[in-house]
Amino acid sequence: MRGYVGKFLEIDLSNGNIKEKKFPDKVLRDYIGGRGLATKILWDRLGRKWETVDPLGPENILLVLTGPMTGYFPGTKVCVSGKSPQSNGVIGSTVAGEFGVDLKCAGYDGLIIVGKAEKPCYIFICDSQVEIKDASPIWGKKARITIRFLVKKSIEEIKDVRQNYGEVKEPSILYIGPAGENKTRVAAVVAKYAHGAGYGGYGGVMGAKNLKAIVAKGFGPLPDVYDKEKMVNLAQEFCARAFEMERFRRWGTGGGGYYFGAETSSEPIRNWQKEWHDKESYKGEEFDKHWVKKYWGDFGCPTTCLKLAVLKTGRYKGAICDNPDYELEAYLGTNLGIFTPEENINLSYVSNELGLCGIQGGAALGFAAELYERGILTKEDLDGIELEWGNAEAFTALAEKIAFRHGIGDILAEGVYRAALKLGEMKGVDLLKYAVHEKGVAIGAHGVRSGKDFIAENIAYACSVQGGDHTSSASLPLDQGGELSSILADSAIYCVFAAFGLEDMEISNFYKAVTGWKLTEKEWYKEKALRILHLQRAMLLLGGPDVKWKPKLDDDNPPRFWEPLPSGPYKGKTLDRKMFEASRLEYFNAAGWNESGVPKPETLRRLGLGDVEAKLREVGLIR
Amino acid sequence: MSRDDLVWIKRNYVNCSGCRRCEIACSLYHEGKIWPEASRVRVFMFVPGVEIPHLCFQCEDYPCVEACPVEALSVKSQTGAVNVDVSKCNACGLCIMACPGNVPHLHPEGNYIVICDLCDGKPKCVKTCKKGKWNALTLIPREKEVSYNALAKTPQELTQEVAKQILGEETAKEVFG
Repeated sequence: MRGYVGKFLEIDLSNGNIKEKKFPDKVLRDYIGGRGLATKILWDRLGRKWETVDPLGPENILLVLTGPMTGYFPGTKVCVSGKSPQSNGVIGSTVAGEFGVDLKCAGYDGLIIVGKAEKPCYIFICDSQVEIKDASPIWGKKARITIRFLVKKSIEEIKDVRQNYGEVKEPSILYIGPAGENKTRVAAVVAKYAHGAGYGGYGGVMGAKNLKAIVAKGFGPLPDVYDKEKMVNLAQEFCARAFEMERFRRWGTGGGGYYFGAETSSEPIRNWQKEWHDKESYKGEEFDKHWVKKYWGDFGCPTTCLKLAVLKTGRYKGAICDNPDYELEAYLGTNLGIFTPEENINLSYVSNELGLCGIQGGAALGFAAELYERGILTKEDLDGIELEWGNAEAFTALAEKIAFRHGIGDILAEGVYRAALKLGEMKGVDLLKYAVHEKGVAIGAHGVRSGKDFIAENIAYACSVQGGDHTSSASLPLDQGGELSSILADSAIYCVFAAFGLEDMEISNFYKAVTGWKLTEKEWYKEKALRILHLQRAMLLLGGPDVKWKPKLDDDNPPRFWEPLPSGPYKGKTLDRKMFEASRLEYFNAAGWNESGVPKPETLRRLGLGDVEAKLREVGLIR
Repeated sequence: MSRDDLVWIKRNYVNCSGCRRCEIACSLYHEGKIWPEASRVRVFMFVPGVEIPHLCFQCEDYPCVEACPVEALSVKSQTGAVNVDVSKCNACGLCIMACPGNVPHLHPEGNYIVICDLCDGKPKCVKTCKKGKWNALTLIPREKEVSYNALAKTPQELTQEVAKQILGEETAKEVFG
């Protein structure tokens, strides 16, 4: 086994038990790591009772998994997973940073965290030293204070153990803010400032486990690879290509706030009522004025698409944020009617300090603002907040309420879908038409109505097993790129921004150089990736105690995506119902699902998933 | 290479992207593995966004060499880099204390100190940083008039300076102290 350490840690927060766990080669060859392995672990352990498991209960399992390519492929990420409080399925949510490298260097491929701690705690890992520590000094604290505390304390403790070592570097940290502690469904698991594993809502899962943070420091090397020379050469080749993409390196996605509005009409504006704007104030150059680091990356990254924004003057002096990247420019900017970089940077900063996912939290803010615009939510409902479009102060105040579940924030903290159900019931009106989500997951800032975004398929979100996750969108043909390719990126784990233009073959060559295992396109697209997709699909359909998705009926775009675009060069454009249904059916067929979107017994058997078939029969999905 | 064309690795901390490809290059060259902790250049990040690539400052008076009680450290005449004789080093740590920048550190698994050896004049870290067009680490001729000793600072001191520079004084104080 190469590229892996070969060892995982299982940590039971209920009783403090910590043990090592291994997986057979066959499991790692089939499910690889990250999202794939998460899916397998969750199915094996919770599958039989999946529909009864509350994602925010102690039964849920929090997974933090590396992949074999973590640390070797230029650009490092780690995958956070579990049963999602948003979709009730499994979402592989990746976050960049050094955490995966530190974890592997400490001697572990991943963490399986079960149970619930009695009191706020954090997990401290330094090589063979693994401890569950008291988090009471940082519980309730925001991002900056949390990072500062953990860095300082951890270094002191490492120095105690490694005397005479010399200066000790900081450990890597994954943490949650108040939004996670208060078990909101819109909370991210965060690294650095706004590096977030946002999709899925695993910040809330950590909070439900009373787990404030995970700290990892590894002193060992990354595990040996199968063919070092080849791995190093390929990495250098991939880097050389990335170095040539000067435009993307220079701007990252930070030019998107203007581009996706003005050029492709696919940017959420005012809760997706519009997708077009041409506000010059929102051009990359305007954000650039606040970028104190214009090339910022994580371990091994050649692309450094991130930038570090700091506001040094004005009313928001002291705000720090990554970029903001395009998603935050949209969801904490245009979608709230905000078109000034300073307000957007500050709101991104506020959102991260609170541990909110910029997309999920931002979607809840936009949803509330539309209800306010329509008179459905009143100033009284909002405890005096006047939630006008563009009112950055009001959105800041409401973000705090969501993170702390105060007042109306308690409902909005459930995410747009569940909030629409609750508020709709309270107000006696259907509010689902204003909830822009796919299976409980607010949709990434890439609309499909204009057909001009790089995500342009009418089934992109409707058929994805990760719902609104724009990094895992469905497309046809099924066996080329699309969601099956995303599964590889999230399982072997590489950053797609460091892999632009790479062919599947090149990725699989790299995977082979690391692991020594061959992975053909056919094996992946016809078997392994499909198996992971099916497990995700099955668990998504099984649902949870509060929500179950109906196959086909819920495999649809949100109502707003069926409205014509009201403005811009693509005014009047919308999705065509017939074409959508044809694409959806084609996708179902290609995946081996019946016309209602339920995996066929023969498909499941072919993939060796007989137990999934049995479970789907038990709940009546397969008759 | 004569003493006259000795080289020095210049650091521009604000340029550092935090990619740590220098750590990868250094550890691959010296250890044959990707091993951030065994790298002779280590990127400290006490504060996200304030990345400090930390490596030997090549002081002109070599206090580390002076401090070594077992003569494990010497100066390579060809490059002016500090050479560690691992068979002599007893990991006492006196060189770390003598270094104005606290640069040397123990090998994470061996019982000896590691110090940048300039890769015999062609440092891999500089090469990789240049390829990435970051130029946080660049190679310049070593000048006789410059006091490199005075440039040597600890990761904490450098973090404080650079944090002030890029975040502003008040914010730097808040996030780092």
